[in-house]
Amino acid sequence: MSANPFSLWVYLSQTPLLWLTVTLLVYAATDAVSQATGRNPLVNPVLHAMWIIGVFLWATGTSYTTYFSGAQFVHFLLGPATVALAVPLYENRKLVLAAILPMALALVVGCVTAIVSVVWLAQLAGLPETVVLSLAPKSVTAGVAMGISESLHADPSLTAVAVILTGILGAIVVSPLMNRLGIRDYRARGFAVGLASHGIGTARAFQVDAIAGVFAGIAMSLNALITALLVPVLVTLLVR
Amino acid sequence: MIASLGLILLCQLAGEVIARGLGLPLPSPVLGLMLLFCLLVARDYIKPLARGPLADGGVEDASKGMLAHLSLLFVPAGVGVIQQLDMIAAHGVAIMLVLAGSVLITLVVTVVTFVVVARLLSLWVPR
Repeated sequence: MSANPFSLWVYLSQTPLLWLTVTLLVYAATDAVSQATGRNPLVNPVLHAMWIIGVFLWATGTSYTTYFSGAQFVHFLLGPATVALAVPLYENRKLVLAAILPMALALVVGCVTAIVSVVWLAQLAGLPETVVLSLAPKSVTAGVAMGISESLHADPSLTAVAVILTGILGAIVVSPLMNRLGIRDYRARGFAVGLASHGIGTARAFQVDAIAGVFAGIAMSLNALITALLVPVLVTLLVR
Repeated sequence: MIASLGLILLCQLAGEVIARGLGLPLPSPVLGLMLLFCLLVARDYIKPLARGPLADGGVEDASKGMLAHLSLLFVPAGVGVIQQLDMIAAHGVAIMLVLAGSVLITLVVTVVTFVVVARLLSLWVPR
């Protein structure tokens, strides 16, 4: 036992244990609040966990690198979780097969829209080219988007932030938007939010409706696949 | 449980080997997803495959456990926003507006495409 609480803090703040614990506990708390509010879209657990941890790091003068040494164990699971999407896809393969044509068309149209709209809007807003390139893969899951960003020589850490913000924005806006549009087909609603807002949108869809969740998961995984193929092509056409 | 997690990691690893080995521009988790899906379908036809994690819902339970907490996995990358404070001070508002605009357009275009195609099909294909 250390006699000086400050030296104990200095020691702990450099260990992965502390930051992994903080990540899990803060998320557990924000998720519990989200559940208590009946999954109100504005009480998004990722959004609130992000700023609470961010403020905590800032207040304690901890660098992101130090934080990430602990949080990387959670971050790493993004890859295996993408592989795990094979299971809902397999279990609902009949449902998916029955809607294969609407899905295929919505996938291609949606994927191109997601990339082209963000590149055009970013150019319209006069953002620098690195930023435009970093935003391009923003609709796919973090691990994949960061990989695409790297291959474009953009800034993967900015891409990660754009990915998370896109996910949160989609998760917040999807229910009110779809209700206003009068769309009651939960396959279509789920598919759209999975495509536009990857895992965070998919998590939201699972909260609303099981079928919506399945279609969101499918859209998220298929979109990761074709965005990886289309971003390099579309970006060379749109930028430069 | 351990074998099931091992199988999921093995699929991703195989995806990595294929993508790097053949120089494919595909993310390894997505290749892993396709591999696991093929394995699950194959085990329904080839009985000797249905053992270990591929029997008794092993890999299914492990996957659902992971997917139940999908949003948690985005928190570490999201906290990375603190590294981008300069960028946010310079372009934060523009980036937020661009992302919000793109998300709205993408949601509407995708959902309308899906619903319209599904409706046209139900008109053309007699029940």
